Amino acid sequence: MKNKILLTTIISFFAFCFIIFYKGLNNSNIYSPEKNIKKNIPIFITKDFFSENEVSSKEIFTGNNFYILNIWSSWCVPCKKEHPILMELSKNKSIKLIGLNYRDNLNNAQKFINELGNPYSQILIDEDGTLAVEFGAYGVPETFIIDKNKKIIKKFIGPLTLDLSKKIKSLIK
Amino acid sequence: MLASQIGYFSLILGLIFSFLLVASSIKNFNDSNKNINQKILTLSFLQLFFVITSFIGLIFSFISSDFSNETVFNNSHTTKPLFYKISGTWGNHEGSLLLWLLILTLFIFLFLVKSNEQPKKYRLLTLLFQQVIIIGFFLFLLKTSNPFNQLFPVPKEGLGLNPILQDPALAIHPPILYLGYVGSSIVFSASLSAVTQNYISKEWALHIKKWILISWFFLSIGIMLGSIWAYYELGWGGFWFWDPVENVSLMPWLTLTALLHCVLVLEKRITLTSWIVVLSIATFILSMCGTFLVRSGILNSVHTFANDPERGIFILIFLFILILLSLLIFFIFHKEKSENIKKIFWLSKETSILINNWFMMYFLSVVLIGTTYPIFLDVISGLKISVGPPFYQKLIVPFLIPFLLFMAIGPRLNWIKSKLENKLSLIIFFILSIFLAFFILKKLNLDLLINTVLISSAFYLFFITLRDFFIKKFNNFSQTTAHFSFSILILSILFNSILSSEIIANIKVGEKFQFNKGNILFEKIVKNESSNYQSVIGHFKIKNDDGKIIYLKPELRIYNQPITITSEADIKTTFLSDTFLVMNLVKGQEYFNIRYQVKPFMIWIWISVSLMSLGGLISVFKKKHEK
Repeated sequence: MKNKILLTTIISFFAFCFIIFYKGLNNSNIYSPEKNIKKNIPIFITKDFFSENEVSSKEIFTGNNFYILNIWSSWCVPCKKEHPILMELSKNKSIKLIGLNYRDNLNNAQKFINELGNPYSQILIDEDGTLAVEFGAYGVPETFIIDKNKKIIKKFIGPLTLDLSKKIKSLIK
Repeated sequence: MLASQIGYFSLILGLIFSFLLVASSIKNFNDSNKNINQKILTLSFLQLFFVITSFIGLIFSFISSDFSNETVFNNSHTTKPLFYKISGTWGNHEGSLLLWLLILTLFIFLFLVKSNEQPKKYRLLTLLFQQVIIIGFFLFLLKTSNPFNQLFPVPKEGLGLNPILQDPALAIHPPILYLGYVGSSIVFSASLSAVTQNYISKEWALHIKKWILISWFFLSIGIMLGSIWAYYELGWGGFWFWDPVENVSLMPWLTLTALLHCVLVLEKRITLTSWIVVLSIATFILSMCGTFLVRSGILNSVHTFANDPERGIFILIFLFILILLSLLIFFIFHKEKSENIKKIFWLSKETSILINNWFMMYFLSVVLIGTTYPIFLDVISGLKISVGPPFYQKLIVPFLIPFLLFMAIGPRLNWIKSKLENKLSLIIFFILSIFLAFFILKKLNLDLLINTVLISSAFYLFFITLRDFFIKKFNNFSQTTAHFSFSILILSILFNSILSSEIIANIKVGEKFQFNKGNILFEKIVKNESSNYQSVIGHFKIKNDDGKIIYLKPELRIYNQPITITSEADIKTTFLSDTFLVMNLVKGQEYFNIRYQVKPFMIWIWISVSLMSLGGLISVFKKKHEK
């Protein structure tokens, strides 16, 4: 009798493990590393893309709204792929999209924007790539979500997808 | 082309032989003959022969770069050196499973040959259980991961082997580790069959101990090779990262170690029988669980090469069928023997072995929870977490102290009932160890209480076992060797972790980086071409704090197929310490990120693990068992 209870308990325990593992298999295990979360944005001075005037981080991140900082480059193929998603995101009034043009030729970058449209409310130039490093980027493209307190709350490595853009929208709500 | 055809058909023939073996052993089971039918041995040999043929077929396809074979196409390349073409055979999912199968059939054949003195029914049942596992693997291989899939049209060039797998330590790491894993399958089948036959006895313990020791030996060496690979190749500057896959190989090792000690008790008196069966089952289930976790891609780890849910589901179902089967057999057939009721006296070898077991189970549960908890949490609550080294260190390290002390005292006790002899020397050595640890740490300015206590207990084990070498002469030599090496292992790990130093810097060619009293000079970069990669070699001149000058040349390799950049650390090994330098490219920058580490006693970690495993191996060949 005692044995039977023990056996049933053990079997139900393993059945539970089975279900968990089975479900776990179908879960995707690709996710962005949770680094840089709640980190303050760096303080920097850089050039504006269009006017080529010097701008500082204090002037840029002034408003009381969410910012999305997107690191892009005209030579970066995945950037082209994520561009329509950025265009779509830019329609959202509560977000300010800021582009960081990473180690690019200015002419090529201009062409890129002219051809595909400009989703950004402001574009900054990162000529030698140091600014991206200060933000903690690994490469292009990369997208940082910055909240009202000027803290990085999320970072996406690689091109944005429709799923991720939905995630961004829900984050900002 | 031909080689993979032969390989494929041999595989199918091997499966057919499995069924023949099952049929003939059932037929043989109830006849009056006292010995098992010679035919079964022949069948088992033929099965082994066909699996070997199949494996050789795959090796040939790899050597001849036959890209009509999908596995070869995915994992090889014409420019790859021959050695890595061959090791590529088991460096991928399909080939490694074929190797599993090969070892499974090899071991059951050896088991049949070597177990002549055992009862016939017991041998036949072991064969049957083993065939269940073998059939499972055959089906898995043929259904979801056939290594001989044909490609048409035939591609001109292969996709290359993962370059981080092009390393000699890794080329032999999987086969050795598998010998350990699969060895535990024999223990699993044998203990299940012993349960059904009510044959758990002193004779059985004596016979199964050899198999436990053999798989323990290979498992230890296999884990060590994996760790050597991680240290030299991954360039993370450590030897154990509590990576899920490392944990998964550690878990069966813990249960197997516990089992090894329990069987020693069983050799003397019939006790702990249920526990021994549970451990035998757990060891193999955990090995299988390891295969599942590695091969299904459920975990994020350096080892998850294949990411195919279909395979995962197959192993998962197979795994749980085995669990269910073994549970049912255990509950239906197992009866505690009457001698069990006799109590175990508190001061005896049995008690100390039981204590060893408790600790092993504690370590096991820490590792098991740390490894699987993220999966459970993810499924139940959607949270993604990863459990890092601090978790394991905090939970395991403090418990090493009593563990080491018991390890020193336990073997000195007698079976059944004993008095502690030589109390004086035990105490003297204990005080000596505390003083030694205290003074060493005082000198290094690291005299935290936890460090002192840990190191003194490790020293204690060290001295006690060292003394045993002189007093006991060759009586119980293997055990003393193993325990002695374990104390060296713990000592080198401890000193390694307290004394390691690390410097991280960004540095340009020609620059000098100053630290404390030393400096690192980046002299130049040299470019080099090899058959399957290009390399950038940095020349560094390092002046250490003590004024010694060393030259290190870390490398960045750019493999062409597929394009992958790996960084090869340059490591200078001496008996006292390793110096380790690795450089990494910072994307789009002229400077390199370098990491310079001095790691004392690194080599002693490998030496002590090898010695410890050797201790186990000696015990296999020992004729007379301990008194």
